[in-house]
Amino acid sequence: MKSTTGSHTGTGTWLAQRATAAALALALPILIVYFLAALPADFAGWRALFSPPWLRVLMLLAAAALALHAWVGMRDILMDYVRPTGLRLAFYLAVITILAGSVVYLAAVLWSTT
Amino acid sequence: MKFRLYRYNPETGAKPFMQDVELDIEPAGKMLLDALLAIKAQDETLSLRRSCREGVCGSDAVNVNGQNRLACITPLSELKQPVEVRPLPGLPVIRDLVVDMEPFYRQYRSIKPWLVNDAPEPEVERLQSPEDRALLDGAYECILCACCTTACPSFWWNPDTFVGPAGLLQAYRFIADSRDEATAARLDNLEDPYRLYRCRGIMNCVDVCPKGLNPTAAIGRIRSLLVKRRV
Ligand code: SF4
Ligand code: SF4
Ligand code: FES
Repeated sequence: MKSTTGSHTGTGTWLAQRATAAALALALPILIVYFLAALPADFAGWRALFSPPWLRVLMLLAAAALALHAWVGMRDILMDYVRPTGLRLAFYLAVITILAGSVVYLAAVLWSTT
Repeated sequence: MKFRLYRYNPETGAKPFMQDVELDIEPAGKMLLDALLAIKAQDETLSLRRSCREGVCGSDAVNVNGQNRLACITPLSELKQPVEVRPLPGLPVIRDLVVDMEPFYRQYRSIKPWLVNDAPEPEVERLQSPEDRALLDGAYECILCACCTTACPSFWWNPDTFVGPAGLLQAYRFIADSRDEATAARLDNLEDPYRLYRCRGIMNCVDVCPKGLNPTAAIGRIRSLLVKRRV
């Protein structure tokens, strides 16, 4: 009784969840240490803190990994608890929009020039 | 001793209820099944399954004080009173302590629990090395009592799509068998978001198995095989 709905692979999403977890375990400590080492007091200080490109790239990658990780988790929860297919797809869409939107928004903030 | 038994009779149309029963029984050396049979001797309408009365057939799994166990190997002396006995959770109740095992068996059937080997039959039996045979330890002992699967929250939510711990342990038993030739097809059969991946590693299954088996470890081994052939 293989299910006909849902995506074709379970291993792929499971791997994605594990891989992003590992990536976050590496990235988050680096980011936390970096920020705690020099908590700036004013706006100019914050801008200086975010000026190195590697930091901005790392933050964006970490956010993307977090979004992917959260997506697999939310998808699992919705698969368990939301049975009507239409409603579930609507929830999927909402979750994807929020997660992808947050990552795009973060990119926009990080690379804004003003 | 005091007991509280789940009672349900579909013929009367009345709702299920808990029945308080007092039984004059000396707990030392006796099992819960002895008490249930003594109660049934007083009130023959009580329905339950049992056969071997020594933990081999797997037919008398019930929920005792919140835990799935085999009544015949559950010592009365270690139970807190009143002893609450219910049918296995997550399966339709037919009557009193008797549940409909079909959803459980359907998943068991879905993993093709038999050896697939199309090679010409040898003169004698298909031999295994002691090492290959050892791979089946911890899997072949399952008596299909359903204690584990009916304790698994993932099976409660997805009884028709998630194979459940007992079925997955048996899937592993045939994947690991050196005489079986259908390993790839068996892995394909579990490769979707539901059949294996609904397992969230809650380990209720390990906790309750009356034979001391570890379905979670078997699920982990199948998952490693699935991952290995992908990367
Ligand atoms: S480890 Fe998996 S199969 Fe076992 S009870 Fe938990 S979710 Fe169910
Ligand atoms: S694995 Fe253990 S609990 Fe599950 S069906 Fe087999 S014997 Fe029963
Ligand atoms: S009666 Fe056979 S396992 Fe309990």
